[in-house]
Amino acid sequence: MLTTATGYVNYWLISILMLVGFYGIIATENLLKKLMALNVISVAIIIFYLNLGQKAGSNVPVLFGEELGTVAAYANPLPHTLMLTAIVVGVATTGVGLALLYRIYNRYGTLEETDVLKEMRSDS
Amino acid sequence: MKKVTIAVLFLLSFLFVFASLDLAPTSDLNSPPSTHVSPRYIEMGYKETGALNMVTAVLADYRGYDTLGETTVIFTAGLACLLIIESRRKPKR
Amino acid sequence: MRQRYGSLILDTTIRLLVPFYLIYGVYALVHGHYSPGGGFQAGVVLGASIIMVNMVQGDSVTWGVSKQTAVLVASIGTFIYAGIGIAAMIWGGNYLDYGVLPFRGIEPEVRALGTLGIETGVTLGVAGTFIVIFNLLIGREE
Repeated sequence: MLTTATGYVNYWLISILMLVGFYGIIATENLLKKLMALNVISVAIIIFYLNLGQKAGSNVPVLFGEELGTVAAYANPLPHTLMLTAIVVGVATTGVGLALLYRIYNRYGTLEETDVLKEMRSDS
Repeated sequence: MKKVTIAVLFLLSFLFVFASLDLAPTSDLNSPPSTHVSPRYIEMGYKETGALNMVTAVLADYRGYDTLGETTVIFTAGLACLLIIESRRKPKR
Repeated sequence: MRQRYGSLILDTTIRLLVPFYLIYGVYALVHGHYSPGGGFQAGVVLGASIIMVNMVQGDSVTWGVSKQTAVLVASIGTFIYAGIGIAAMIWGGNYLDYGVLPFRGIEPEVRALGTLGIETGVTLGVAGTFIVIFNLLIGREE
């Protein structure tokens, strides 16, 4: 039982982090806080992928010298690669989200969701 | 509203725990992600691409087309940011 | 938003540290084949060092990259990446197949040189994009 738990406790912690992000998206009123909650979910997914690439007793996926050890001596390079690009793309798309929020604030003078919706209804 | 949210997320957490039991345990040597394509990357990476860093080999050579897409996404995000903020609203006719 | 954020201590520290950050960014780019590093990391380090100078010195900044230059750099980087792919097609290979590029040496070394070329493109693209997003979001008039 205990060995089973140690194999899976990382997944459970990651799912807690993801649920925190979900709660932030659903329960907060401020659009900026919703964007930050989206980033929390993004971080949870990144950690999940990195967790899939781990092997017991492995080293970083870089050859030091040209001789190759066994395959089990190196961590899986594929999740590292995918998440490396995902982190940078996440920052860039967060920039786009912040730009949209900048325009919303300039137009309506607030970032609270209910106030923005009220203003939008009264405009049309 | 917040109580309903917490209740739904609590139920969702059971779903997550149930789903996680189907995954391979952490740091399992024979998990599906570690046996499918990554042995090829680790064994042949230096011979085929000349890069000692396997992450660079996968990023720029085996999956170069993928990285081209990612670079285009980043550049497009910067351009979209520029257009969103710098654009002026058209005067009302 | 218009005043400088830093104090004298912050200003002096930035003046001392930024050259090393820039050198470290270039090192992460050109040494990415042999140690942890590569194009994305180098781009983030180079972009962040210029953003840091902008944050500390505010409007009185005398050294930096403007929005127009940053967009130009980012588009040049993306163009380098796609252009190396097309150059591989011109020399008779597939798109992004660096093995046929006309460099001296055996095939893995030629592929490593092609990889270095596209990593340069990624670096310029990421650094330029980060600088332009930061410059836009702080709303500085130029």
